[in-house]
Amino acid sequence: MMNEAYNLEYKSLKKEGDSEIMILNMGPQHPSTHGVLRLELKVNGEIIEEVIPHIGYLHRCFEKHAEACNYQQVIPYVDRMDYLSSMYNDFGYAIAVEKLLGIEIPERVEYIRIIMGEFQRIASHLVAIGTFGLDVGSFTPFLYCFRDREKILTLFEKTCGARLLYNYIWPGGVSHDLYPEFKNDALNFLKEFKRNLKDLEILLVENKIFIERTAGIGVLSENIAINYAASGPMIRGSGIPYDIRKIEPYGIYDRFEFNIPVGEGIMGKKGDCWDRFYVRYLEILESIKIIEQALDSLPDGNVFEKLPKKIKPKKGIVYSRVESPRGELGFFIISDGSDKPFRIKVRAPSFVNLSILPEIAKGCFIADLVAILGSIDIVLGEVDR
Amino acid sequence: MTIKEIFDLLKNRFENIKIYIEKFEVGEEYIVVSPDVLKQILQEIRNNPRLHFDYLMCISSVDDANGEIKKDENGNKIIKGGTLSLYYHLYSTTRNHKIAIKTSVDRENPAVPTAIDLWKSADWHEREAFDMMGIKFEGHPNLKRILMPYDWNAGFPLRKDFITPEYYNDLKIPY
Repeated sequence: MMNEAYNLEYKSLKKEGDSEIMILNMGPQHPSTHGVLRLELKVNGEIIEEVIPHIGYLHRCFEKHAEACNYQQVIPYVDRMDYLSSMYNDFGYAIAVEKLLGIEIPERVEYIRIIMGEFQRIASHLVAIGTFGLDVGSFTPFLYCFRDREKILTLFEKTCGARLLYNYIWPGGVSHDLYPEFKNDALNFLKEFKRNLKDLEILLVENKIFIERTAGIGVLSENIAINYAASGPMIRGSGIPYDIRKIEPYGIYDRFEFNIPVGEGIMGKKGDCWDRFYVRYLEILESIKIIEQALDSLPDGNVFEKLPKKIKPKKGIVYSRVESPRGELGFFIISDGSDKPFRIKVRAPSFVNLSILPEIAKGCFIADLVAILGSIDIVLGEVDR
Repeated sequence: MTIKEIFDLLKNRFENIKIYIEKFEVGEEYIVVSPDVLKQILQEIRNNPRLHFDYLMCISSVDDANGEIKKDENGNKIIKGGTLSLYYHLYSTTRNHKIAIKTSVDRENPAVPTAIDLWKSADWHEREAFDMMGIKFEGHPNLKRILMPYDWNAGFPLRKDFITPEYYNDLKIPY
């Protein structure tokens, strides 16, 4: 009787009192949204009932801009989409244009592209891991990651003159050849970096607090991952070995030996935040393997020989995809026979991955939302393009 | 399966429907379907166990600019008539094959059925196509602008005859 009376009282209070659903605005200037992203949260106390992402704050309409440029002039804009992996955007765009042109590229260029691409993947994953740690409250690994990333950026700067936005990989070739001591520098860096990764492992991967914050949070099941077309570490964290470098090899990836790490749910459930993080960590190790193999067999040769001065593909469409650090980066290009692309559409991995957030963040705590968002690893420059 | 085999399979399955393979001088082949049978075809390739396209990579909207091109009194280009196109790029994670499907809709009143019940990833791609090109997706639960501001009313930016407005919310656009 008492209990019933209590319940009744409680219910009546709920009726006349304020609504329990509160709308909370997160962003656009929230430090953990990694850029200008606004999340509209409908929260019931600490529990999230619904997340609505509002994007477009960084929208520059790259696709419209590209229609006014000729094929080479598009490359600097492509750099600025995913500004943490510019090299890979160039790579993807160059491959798409080369498919339209139907040209072969020199052997040395293929190797340089792979080396640069994998270095870029390491640099990008270091930022992802570092900021993910920062999101859940561990500051030191962030500094360790950025220290190592800076060394990769120095390698890039020595090669092509720019730290972040390279304009390096062009259709048909690369803008500069490697500088003479590149191989030495790269090997020295890798040797040092492998040692440093041990520190990172102790500090972050095996950190009890970090595991508590991320394991079992934001679980993305296999079916949802495929239905939402997740890609990159996001889908591999759910245990699906979906890697375009393996399933549809581009460039010369088929010549190297490397594994595709997938999430296994070691710490919590399969497909949780920790799995996505750990897949990134393991991918760094795989990238090191690829770079070492590529440096080992790097051939001599001219890198400028096949570089076309004026690009004028024939009429046609092409959709080419590459595995960027964030996932499947697709370039859909229509050529109408002129020297300017008729239409370029970019299938940005972050854009698609972010659309899963409302699905997996339902029912979690607000503090966990920050962890989930960090584990998706979005770059808003690419989401909004 | 190659695109030819997929095409034959679809051709046998739907006898009365007009579909064909198109290819230009370079690039890839794709299957062209008309918008009123698009949904049927998409359902078939999603659910047929021999095809099983469970991964929607991308939906791209294109302004074909094949209508009549005129100049208005200010000298701006306007296009009357013609079509807008949609390209669906699909992949099968179990069968490991991929395909592109194209459909063209009338430019004046562009509308196609949504694919969101087949692939959830269609949600944001369709919103983007609506935002940029003005194609309506019938049955989409939340069809509103995604990249442009919600109160944007100066047209659809990626159409070839889009004119950049001088003012947005009484603020002068400086470029």
